[in-house]
Formats: sequence, structure tokens, C-alpha cells
Amino acid sequence: MSVKDLVDRYCRVDKLPHIWCPGCGNGIIMGAVIRALDKTDFDQDKTVIVSGIGCSSRAPGYMNFDTLHTTHGRALAYATGVKFARPDLNVVVLTGDGDCSAIGGNHLIHAARRNIDLTVVVFNNSIYGMTGGQFSPLTPAHSYASTAPYGSIDRNFDLCKLVQAAGGTYVARSTAYHARQLVNLIATGLNHKGFAFIEVVTQCPMYYGRRNKFPSPVDMLKWQQEHAVPVKAAAKLSPEQMAGKFLIGELHREEAPEYTAVYETDVIAKARGDIN
Amino acid sequence: MAAKTKCKAQLLSGNEACVQGALVAGIRFFAGYPITPSTEVAEGLAEELPKIGGRFIQMEDEIASMGAVIGASLAGLKSMTATSGPGFSLKQENIGFAAMTEVPCVVVNVQRYGPSTGLPTSPAQGDIMQARWGTHGDHPVVALMPASVRETFDLTVEAVNLAEELRTPVIILLDEVVGHMRERVELPAAEDVELFNRVKPTESPDTFLPYKPAANLVPPMPAYGDGYRFHATGLVHDETGFPCGKGADGNTLVRRLQAKVEQRQPKIARAETFQTEDAEIVIVAAGSVARSARAAVKEARAQGIKLGLVRPITAWPFPEEAIDSVAQTAKALIVAEMNLGQMILEVERIAAGRAPVFGLNRIDAELITPEDIIVRAQEVTNNVR
Repeated sequence: MSVKDLVDRYCRVDKLPHIWCPGCGNGIIMGAVIRALDKTDFDQDKTVIVSGIGCSSRAPGYMNFDTLHTTHGRALAYATGVKFARPDLNVVVLTGDGDCSAIGGNHLIHAARRNIDLTVVVFNNSIYGMTGGQFSPLTPAHSYASTAPYGSIDRNFDLCKLVQAAGGTYVARSTAYHARQLVNLIATGLNHKGFAFIEVVTQCPMYYGRRNKFPSPVDMLKWQQEHAVPVKAAAKLSPEQMAGKFLIGELHREEAPEYTAVYETDVIAKARGDIN
Repeated sequence: MAAKTKCKAQLLSGNEACVQGALVAGIRFFAGYPITPSTEVAEGLAEELPKIGGRFIQMEDEIASMGAVIGASLAGLKSMTATSGPGFSLKQENIGFAAMTEVPCVVVNVQRYGPSTGLPTSPAQGDIMQARWGTHGDHPVVALMPASVRETFDLTVEAVNLAEELRTPVIILLDEVVGHMRERVELPAAEDVELFNRVKPTESPDTFLPYKPAANLVPPMPAYGDGYRFHATGLVHDETGFPCGKGADGNTLVRRLQAKVEQRQPKIARAETFQTEDAEIVIVAAGSVARSARAAVKEARAQGIKLGLVRPITAWPFPEEAIDSVAQTAKALIVAEMNLGQMILEVERIAAGRAPVFGLNRIDAELITPEDIIVRAQEVTNNVR
């Protein structure tokens, strides 16, 4: 499908242009989500896009689906309600690094633990952009933010490891630079029956880049290109060679019972006396 | 009217009656988090909902429970949560979201002693103002205050109906005494209970405006998956449902939210009156305290004191007419409540000096007794003579 056709079909064209700053990676990620949805067989009318609060969480407003722009950090709690109430709906969560790993961190680990069939795409731009550039739990340690004028001393999360440890059954990472890979990873996550989590390293030139010696958005994309290492390539590298770099690609996949399905086959069946 | 089938008598607690009311009213989704003294509501629905294909989920915290309830309601199910004091505080942000996005839901708050952890199994009525103003910004609220096990059943049904009709969160303000006490009740058969289901749009998705109100100021509500592809946001939005960033739209929206409940105040707000016609002193008391007040009225009259009772059944909207009426006829009003004076503020506002208003407040974790009320009535009698 041509870009125009994709936009006409999947975007609320009258809501464009979007509010994101020039050079922001959010549009690339929203585009990847749309392309991934187009690659799957889900019915557009049976797909619900849920978000929290922040720059990334404005994306659903531009997307032509049932959409839910919730409170800060709570997208996964609302999405759990939608999915558990209507397991036939395809539920996608778009969230940011602050939304999902700070204020929403508890919901993230518990949604992963339940292995409920949600697809979560985290727009990780290393900063709270909407509020003007404060550090988040994913801001690399020692980088600068409006609330870390002397450099952040907080250690940053590896969110993919966290989600895998919590029980997420599909975990992947990509970047705004690796846009084609990103589409495929999201599409695989959408088709995965269970909790699918895709972290996307992206750029905020306005609030992260300016403070951290990235003169332009292109420099930030180059940084992504140079520091992201595909899983296969990483296997051949020493820990020294991997220092300061991060993995991209499919990091974890397993088959495990999905929450809403188990509720049917186990809880409802037992409550009705169909099984002991 | 169809012949009414009466069910056999049962011994139920208020919390158990709330479960029964929820099931009959069509609640098919419950999300909650354990907290005393409301936990029996969650336990009862954990057992019963799966039997009828309904959904029960224990979430990771109170905030998540409220979020899940709103998500499930948007997906089309009648949804409810139950909590108590500290949990009610935690739910407030998402209650505001439900008010703003007009998502029907019911929040049961079995009030307990506060602030903070307080006395978890001890009664209080300290959340009357939190129920009204707990979330930030102007918003509509409906809150109901049952005083008996049977009334807990009835008001749970009514709470679900009002939430569906008005598209707004409805709070059931139980107190620990009503939640935990057991009474013999005969509940009506499910087929005799009148239910209200949210109004769905009849327009095609092409022309439908999700936040365009009908004549009753409530917009019809599709469910996710119905093909309407609508947007719900806590941002100020116009009739399309999308944020506009304009103060004028906020003005239109928030005034309508307020008005859709306010204009039904005469229908929703109500109080029970007991021996107020000739009463010189009228007690205003709700929930479990009203039970003591009723006993006090009988006892005081035996002693020659003309006492009466107004029992607000709705905390919000407050039953103004009942207070207005006794403010004109009584020599004084006494507001008896297990807090340091919350409902009294509404009574004073409505009485507006026509009758002096006195408080009777206990916060020692004990129920206000009939004796407390009679002693206070005697003091007040001497005071206003």
C-alpha cells in the first residue's frame, strides 16, 4: 500500500499535522505501528489503541481506530480492562519511557506477569518531552536534563530485561533509525498470543539532544545506527566491544498460557462445574 | 405489573447484599484490590462472576483497578470496583477521568476510620466530602448512602442504573457497620428488578459525534469494537471527542457534565423522613448512624421530647428539599455523623439560619448511640429554649 493509501486508511487525516517537534522520532514509530497493523489480519474496527500521557501518548489521537488516551502511567491498566472485557479485540498500547517505566512501572511488570495478550510499543526518547525535558528512568546515567543540570546520577533501566524477568513472552527492541526492522518486530508482536513488548529507542532533539551535544536530529539517528547491535552480531562481540552499545532485534520469545484464554478454560470452566 | 416472586429469606451482610445487587444489576466486570472492610465484595464477585461468564480480576493496586474498570466499561460491560478509605483516595484520579470521558462505572467505598491507615476495621463517615471533591476540578458526582442490608442491595442496583443512564461514576458510600452487619433480608427476584442499559447510538459511524449530547445532556455511547472508532481522552474535548485546547470548549463541556446530573437532582436526591411533622428537634443522620437516630426518636418521644429524623439516602446530590422543609418547621437541627463535621456543611447551607444547626460528632471509632443523640437533643433543647 502506498504511503498515501496507508495514511488515508489508518490515520484521522483531519487531525494532522501532528504536534510533535521537527526531527522527533515519534512519527516514524507511529508509521511503523500502522505499517505493522496493515501487515496483520486484524480488523480495523476490532482494534483498540490505548495510551497514557506524554508526547508518544498523543499518537492514538491521529490513528483511525477505537482509541483511548488515559491518565499518566495507567495505559496498561485500562488496556487490561478492555482486553479482559473483550478478548476478541486486538489491543495495542503506545506509551513513553516515563509513562511506562516510572509512574506506570508497576502496571508494566504485572501486565507482563499475567501474560495478557497486549502489544506494547514504548517510545523511548530518554526524556520527559511534554513537560520540557526532565530525566526519566531510561535517561542514560550521567546525561543532562532540566532536572539533572549536573548530570543524572540515577542508573537507567534495561526495560527489556525487566519485562522478560516479569514474565513477558515476546520482547524486542529496535530504533527509529531501524524503521524496517521495527515494522517487522511490531508485526510479530501483534501476532504473538501473550504480552508482547517492543522498546523503540528514538530521538528527542529538542529536549534531550540539545542538552546532550547532539547538534541535529540526524546526529541522534546516527548515534542509534552506531550503538545498536543486532542480536546475531552481538553474539560475536566481546563484552568490551559491546560496552556502551545496546541490543536490537527479537530478544525473547516463548509460548505460555495467555491470561484471557486461561480465564475461560480454567476459571469459568471450574465456576460452571465443567471441570474440577 | 407482573406478579412478583419473592425469594426466601437470607441472612446477609451489607457487603454480601452489595454483591447480590451488582449481579442482578448486570455488573459483568469487577476489578479490585484487597482492602478491609470492603474485601467481601471482591470475594463474593470472584466466586459469582465466572459462573455467569462475567470477569473478575484482582489488579496490582487500587489505581489499576479503577483504570481496568473504565477500560472494561468502554468495551461495553457494566463495571464496578470496591474499596475503602486509602484505596478510595488512590482511585480519585481515574474517577475524574471517568467523569470527564463519561464512562459509566460504580465505585463502592466502605468507609473506614482515617486519615491514612487509621483504624482499618473501625467505622467512620469521613469520606462524604472526598466523595464529592476527591478528584481535581469541577465534576459531577452521585453518591448513595445505604443504612441497611436490604437498602444496600437496592442502592447497588440503583447505582448501576444511574451510572448507565448518566454516563458518570456513581459511588456507594457504605460505612463499616452497614458493610459488615448481618440482617434477615428477602431480596426480589432478578426479573422483578428494573434495569437501565446505556443508550447506544443509532446514527451511522460516518455522522456520529461521540460527545454530542442527547436532549437529556447525555451522549449515546457505543462500545469499543462496534465500528464507531471513537476517541476517549481526559483532555478537554469538543463533541467530536478530540482535544481542542480551547477554554470555551472546556466551559461548554464541564458545565454540561455538571448540568446532566444537577438537572436530575429532584429525581436522584432523596431522604427518608421519620416523625418530622411535629418535631421540635430534627436529627440529620445517614448510614448506620441513622439507625441509632431512629431508635433515639422513638425513645425521646417516650420521654416527651419531640424528635424527628431526616435520613439522607443520597449524599450527592444532597437532598435539599428534605432539609429545607424541616429548617422551616423545627426549632433546631442536629447533624449526627462519625466525622468532625462534613454533612453539617450542607445542612447549614440549606438551613441558611432559619433553624440553628448543631453537630454531634464521634471519632473514637464507636458508633453514635441512641443515648448520645438523646443527650445531645436535651442539650440543644435547653440551648434553643
